Amino acid sequence: MSLIQETDFGTPKSKSETMVTLTIDGNQITVPEGTSIMRAAMEAGTQIPKLCATDMVDAFGSCRLCLVEIDGRAGTPASCTTPAMNGLVVHTQSERLKKLRKGVMELYISDHPLDCLTCAANGDCELQDMAGAVGLRDVRYGYEGENHVFAKSHGCENDNWMPKDESNPYFTYDPSKCIVCSRCVRACEEVQGTFALTISGRGFDSRVSPGMSESFLGSECVSCGACVQACPTATLTEKSVIEIGQPEHSVVTTCAYCGVGCTFKAEMRGEEVVRMVPWKDGKANRGHSCVKGRFAWGYTTHKERILKPMIRERIEDPWQEVSWDEALNFAAAKFKGIQQKYGRDAVGGITSSRCTNEETYLVQKLIRAGFGNNNVDTCARVCHSPTGYGLSATFGTSAGTQDFDSVEQTDVVLIVGANPASAHPVFASRLKKRLRQGAKLIVIDPRRTEMVESPHVKALHLPLMPGTNVAVLTALAHVIVTEGLANESFVRERCDWSEFQDWAAFVADPKNSPEATAIMTGVDPNDLREAARIYATGGNGAIYYGLGVTEHSQGSTTVIAIANLAMVTGNIGRPGVGVNPLRGQNNVQGSCDMGSFPHELPGYRHIAGDAVREQFEAMWNVKLNKEPGLRIPNMFDAAIEGEFMGLYVQGEDILQSDPNTKHVVAALSAMECVIVHDLFLNETANYAHVFLPGSTFLEKDGTFTNAERRIQRVRKVMTPLNGYADWEVTIMLAKAMGFEMKYNHPSEIMDEIAALTPTFAGVSFAKLEELGSVQWPCNEKAPEGTPVMHIGGFVRGKGKFIVTEYIATDERTGPRFPLLLTTGRILSQYNVGAQTRRTENVVWHAEDRLEIHPHDAEQRGVRDGDWVRLTSRAGETTLRAEITDRVAPGVVYTTFHHPDTQANVITTDFSDWATNCPEYKVTAVQISPSNGPSDWQKAYDEQARNSRRIAPVVEAAE
Amino acid sequence: MSSSPDKLVYMANQIGKFFHSQGHDRAVQGISEHIWKFWDPRMRKQIFAHLDAGGAGLDPDVLDALQKLRQQA
Ligand code: SF4
Ligand code: SF4
Ligand code: SF4
Ligand code: FES
Repeated sequence: MSLIQETDFGTPKSKSETMVTLTIDGNQITVPEGTSIMRAAMEAGTQIPKLCATDMVDAFGSCRLCLVEIDGRAGTPASCTTPAMNGLVVHTQSERLKKLRKGVMELYISDHPLDCLTCAANGDCELQDMAGAVGLRDVRYGYEGENHVFAKSHGCENDNWMPKDESNPYFTYDPSKCIVCSRCVRACEEVQGTFALTISGRGFDSRVSPGMSESFLGSECVSCGACVQACPTATLTEKSVIEIGQPEHSVVTTCAYCGVGCTFKAEMRGEEVVRMVPWKDGKANRGHSCVKGRFAWGYTTHKERILKPMIRERIEDPWQEVSWDEALNFAAAKFKGIQQKYGRDAVGGITSSRCTNEETYLVQKLIRAGFGNNNVDTCARVCHSPTGYGLSATFGTSAGTQDFDSVEQTDVVLIVGANPASAHPVFASRLKKRLRQGAKLIVIDPRRTEMVESPHVKALHLPLMPGTNVAVLTALAHVIVTEGLANESFVRERCDWSEFQDWAAFVADPKNSPEATAIMTGVDPNDLREAARIYATGGNGAIYYGLGVTEHSQGSTTVIAIANLAMVTGNIGRPGVGVNPLRGQNNVQGSCDMGSFPHELPGYRHIAGDAVREQFEAMWNVKLNKEPGLRIPNMFDAAIEGEFMGLYVQGEDILQSDPNTKHVVAALSAMECVIVHDLFLNETANYAHVFLPGSTFLEKDGTFTNAERRIQRVRKVMTPLNGYADWEVTIMLAKAMGFEMKYNHPSEIMDEIAALTPTFAGVSFAKLEELGSVQWPCNEKAPEGTPVMHIGGFVRGKGKFIVTEYIATDERTGPRFPLLLTTGRILSQYNVGAQTRRTENVVWHAEDRLEIHPHDAEQRGVRDGDWVRLTSRAGETTLRAEITDRVAPGVVYTTFHHPDTQANVITTDFSDWATNCPEYKVTAVQISPSNGPSDWQKAYDEQARNSRRIAPVVEAAE
Repeated sequence: MSSSPDKLVYMANQIGKFFHSQGHDRAVQGISEHIWKFWDPRMRKQIFAHLDAGGAGLDPDVLDALQKLRQQA
């Protein structure tokens, strides 16, 4: 293994299809029009010296190091800004060029500390490399003159000198090493789209500065690290590199945080991670990442990680550390006992959207084949189950239709109930880039999100009342149909015409007009009409949506309404359009694909189908139960009724992520054996009897599937600290229960998946090795995968329009609970925060806050930062208020990253009609001033502290 | 929404409301298919028991759908 060196071509790739041919140093080379001479040379294998150019950003032409000579042209043009043209004859090296370049380097070095030996960039510094490349041997000017290098010069303070900025937890800014190439500034603008950095001053006085001379932490900076990656010197450097030194080998792997699925080079020294660098060839992220993936991996070695198996008879007891054998036998005996006493169906399990496809597949196999029932569910139940239902009903597949690259060809972006800038940051950066090029943006969200407010982006925002998605989307359809904007030829060709007519008659009903529904939705009818016209007529229209769509009692209906809109405008089946769920966790898509739902075998095939089931029976050599099993909420109900007594939970914190915490606590407490298989003693573990230590994504091989259906490799870079990868633990647990599964490597599990699942038939680790990644369906018909779905026709045959009647949720405001609470997430934290809270990311979000409109706050005597009590019909909690007009009057908003807040104590158990996905996004609440944590919070805290006790080892040995 | 039949009746009616706008026959078809596909046997048994006890609280479409499903079972 060695360090993967990615070639820096100096300037971005040109997309032109017209080719030009030129001669560089005597060699002919043909490149797309618009390619710089620098890039053309590099493609031919000649590296022209450069400092300010790098291929992640557009050329700027400031350092003058990349000069070349061109026959017939006077002067020495910069090769980074000069385009290649037919017939040019270019020379990259001559006496004149050598001299000029030396002169440039000499000037740079005369204002640069000569610290190379002790510098963090030593060995990975382009300034150093260039000094070497141009043969700089001495610096005539010395350091006597004006400089930025020394705190003092000639005995007095040097006003030009600036101290290091170490405010960001992950990287430092050392202005004395800055060469003002502006690569960081351009990276922040072009790649990330945040515009946090500027160059202040001119000439010798020019400096890079976050915002108006703020610290990095105090500025707009979102800590994506693009600037650090772009910096050619040690000026912006990862603190981990400063601490450890330069890496010596690297391995390409996939981020374990969100559904974007960024690929990274894990740069290592032995088994220690030095840094994570986004991989340029990663097709989801194209060399970019966010703060979580790049920096927030410290949880993998956090001291609170549990590395030894533990058991206890009762949840009131302290934990006992035991051997793996003892823990597994204990768990197996309990589960077998429960099945004997209460019946075969009294146990079940929950698969994880954070674990690999192979691990998820094994857990559902253990349950179906080993436990002998179908009581398997996954946390997608609480986020995207309506996506599966809605999209398969209308289009015929349970997944998004596009790849992320598709956004580069989109003209109108419609975002519904999603905040990609926070939840899917790298996709948001790519989206913002497209918006800066002129694409239009429509946002349907109760809250003015970061997307609406991002710099250089103008959005049409439809701020609706939480819970009225269906009314708004149907009103959009009303406008499209009644104003004659429907794409009739598309509908006639691709969809069922009579169903369309029924649907069109329904939406055209005046009761569905923007004017008639405004009273419920709160959306200005004129804005809504304009949005409909833009989406229907503005060119390629693409819809992206998130949990703000699915987590409602009409979640599935909303997904259907979205699909209807795409069909009626013909925005489906080619690049640039489509319907795209933004999936929350890294492998939600994969966990759904792998048969995590109680009624479906891998590949979304109903368990009652004899042909499919028999295939699995033959391969697994057991008889399978053909009845659908329990879904998570039904498991809880059955537990309370005394019929469901044992649960194996891999990599999920259901207590914190599921609605109505009190109900979940009651259900878990009623069970006789809860097995938690995780990294940390999470909240669910407070009610567990067996704890099996989990492994991190750095410690195992496997695959994740991102929101684009892209299957990507996860590669092991270190030995599991807990001893075993999660897939090995599941195999051991199965064995203890008497069910043998034999695999030597996750690739063998994937082979089995491919053999049983038509959409995965062409997937193998070898194929992934060769292509980097593939998007399912990947089979004989599409051996390299399917970036865009439904080309030329829908998977189900004809597209199906379904009537979407708006039915208000039964969770209503009233005199006691006059406000609507909606929930969301923020960039630096992830889901229930179990990982991110154990990293430095807490500097950005130490606690959950309640956003409330100034008007509502004033009425209740609440000031910014005050503790408030948040009460709903289900319960109450306390947290601190943040007064802002991002939310409308009558609406309040909070995140759910911290267990102390327990936002789900107040969410109710209303849920989606089709899938029981909980209604997180609407809860009627009241708010009043408070002095601090509620009694429930205190009692909960007490229980949690008690339950996390681990008995001293001496006691365990007795 | 606490005790079990109430909850199941609520859930069944919720499903019924979605299909209601498609007219009685298609609604009955849609509801029964949905319950057959997604409800586990334990839940189906409970709702059938409730049906036998008179099916209080079930909307008309839902009642018909459950009866239909029950005949098939
Ligand atoms: S930034 Fe580069 S040139 Fe400057 S001291 Fe560090 S290694 Fe040497
Ligand atoms: S870390 Fe990202 S957001 Fe922050 S300044 Fe650098 S590029 Fe901009
Ligand atoms: S969390 Fe998501 S956006 Fe951030 S690096 Fe990971 S996959 Fe990419
Ligand atoms: S690299 Fe071309 S001017 Fe800097």
